[in-house]
Amino acid sequence: MIEGILIGLQTALSLKNILMVMMGCFFGTIIGMLPGLGPMTAIALMIPITYGFEPATGLILMAGVYYGAVFGGSTSSILINAPGVPGTVATAFDGYPMAQQGKAGKALAIAAYSSFAGGTISAIFLLFAAPSLSKISLSFRSPDYFALMVLGLTAVSAFSSKGQFLKAIMMVILGLMLATVGQDSLSDITRFTFNNINLTDGISFVLVVMATFAMSEALTIILKGKDPSRATQQVSLSELGSIRLDKDERNKMLKTIPRSSVLGFLIGVLPGAGATIASFLAYGMERNYVSEEEKQKFGKGSVHGLAAPETANNAACSGSFVPLLTLGIPGSGTTAVMLGALLGFGIQPGPRLYMTNPEIFWSVIMSMYIGMVILLILNLPLIPYIARVLATPKTFLIPLILFFSVTGIYLMSFNNFDIFLMIGIAVVATFLRLYNFPMAPLILAFVLGGLMEENLRRSLLISDGSFNFLWDRPLTAVILTGTILLVSWQVYKSFKK
Amino acid sequence: MRISTDKIISLLFFVLSIFYLYHTYQIQVFSFDEHAPFNAKTFPTFLAYIGMFLSVLYVVLPEKNPSKVDHKVLDYKSSLYLVIITVVYGFVILKVGFFLSTSLFLFFSYYFLGERRWAWMFVLSFPFVAIFMYLLHGILDVYLRDPLLKMLGIIG
Repeated sequence: MIEGILIGLQTALSLKNILMVMMGCFFGTIIGMLPGLGPMTAIALMIPITYGFEPATGLILMAGVYYGAVFGGSTSSILINAPGVPGTVATAFDGYPMAQQGKAGKALAIAAYSSFAGGTISAIFLLFAAPSLSKISLSFRSPDYFALMVLGLTAVSAFSSKGQFLKAIMMVILGLMLATVGQDSLSDITRFTFNNINLTDGISFVLVVMATFAMSEALTIILKGKDPSRATQQVSLSELGSIRLDKDERNKMLKTIPRSSVLGFLIGVLPGAGATIASFLAYGMERNYVSEEEKQKFGKGSVHGLAAPETANNAACSGSFVPLLTLGIPGSGTTAVMLGALLGFGIQPGPRLYMTNPEIFWSVIMSMYIGMVILLILNLPLIPYIARVLATPKTFLIPLILFFSVTGIYLMSFNNFDIFLMIGIAVVATFLRLYNFPMAPLILAFVLGGLMEENLRRSLLISDGSFNFLWDRPLTAVILTGTILLVSWQVYKSFKK
Repeated sequence: MRISTDKIISLLFFVLSIFYLYHTYQIQVFSFDEHAPFNAKTFPTFLAYIGMFLSVLYVVLPEKNPSKVDHKVLDYKSSLYLVIITVVYGFVILKVGFFLSTSLFLFFSYYFLGERRWAWMFVLSFPFVAIFMYLLHGILDVYLRDPLLKMLGIIG
């Protein structure tokens, strides 16, 4: 492992890669800060740029963007009570009241230190957990992988939408249907192309991500522009206050950070759970741990209440890389986007990545830590300046998002058809989002579609067309039992209401 | 009886699943693969049936929290303008070239969204695209098709 860490450090610490992490953190922070735009959009916008780089460099850039975007989301939560992403909603509970008390600088510093600590602790966990899990996952066979993907998709559907499980599952099926367009991977038979040569290679992953996130996000912002409930609050950027923390505040953080980090990492490892659930659970857990006097401060600017979700959401981000790097199965929408990018580089993540491409495996892990350090050094002093991005008028912001989306697709194919297809998908996605049909399950299903079909094919061929493969192996049966329990819980919840 | 938009969307999904199933049966698999345990039709067939089942389930089950969308506060006009201008941009980008089409796309998008600060609109369109092109084409060596600038001898 020491050798691997050194390989990772060597790759991650090259001048080019450090510059990439810095750029990633900076742009990620800016994009993540803009209300409505989260890590998934930020990474999607970066994909066309990374195709010119080596895989390790591209991934390092994307890891930087990821952490930057999560931090950026916290900044808009604290300053204008407009969480950029669901994962930072809990941050606003105590961050925004703190900012209203004239302690915005302090709140941002607590968020930065907590994010750093949470990310650092979970990067250490990842360092030890990933190689061990890689070895265990070598015993996984096609039926287990198929069952794991079913579990992942069910979990993302269960957690990504509040009480809209059926809608989310429908989006999963839609994503899988989109993934079947183009040539069948084994027989090369074309499917659902309608004799259109542009569809023979299937629909580009970047196109679907850009359409369902970047472009549809931009259209949603414009569509809901007149909605008074979404009126953007303007922040007084000149009154951020000091970013220095006193001894009492530091002591409070020291108690909160370790427990929230462990919780965040464990939640992040679970497929589908991710930063949002981790941050809410950490907030709830912290409330139970503190004294009665501190409990009264929750929701009114509590240091514990701010540090807990911030630590947990960053810890969960690192945790979510565990299933991606060890099993090749993303546990969240964001890691699904990263899996798509990896496949674009010709790299198949999974248990063998640790052996076949150790430089990628380790450099991604090491760059996460370096990303944390850079995020702290770069963002904390620059907060007053970066925060000005929040004042960007949407009349400029929206066309620029559309421009980056269209250019990203245009640069990949120089083809009008892809642009029109992207606009079409974006319009449908905007309409679906309006009625609370979640997009994250669709993306995850689209990315996993090919792998899922491949593993189902192998399982059915081995079992000669029988579905016994679903319960023949204990591991498959256990995973599927988990899926059934999850579905039952969702059904129970919907009837209980 | 009033049917919610959520249920109408589910019905549309049901229609889409039938359409998908119909095209699944149109897939021409190799004769030796016809009765194989798994062929190019198998996975799509499962998807189509599951899609039909889920959409019927959504339509049949009672709805606890139907989505409430207040159409009066939605800005359809600006969104439509933006979609149209993006479609036009998609049509002209190959013919006119990247620089002019992108600059005009940005300029008119700002205008249709109600922006009237002309100096900013200009800076964030023509010079902005020129700098972007320089970064991509000049520094990162990414090919950008632009017949107009090529004809003028600005790019190679």
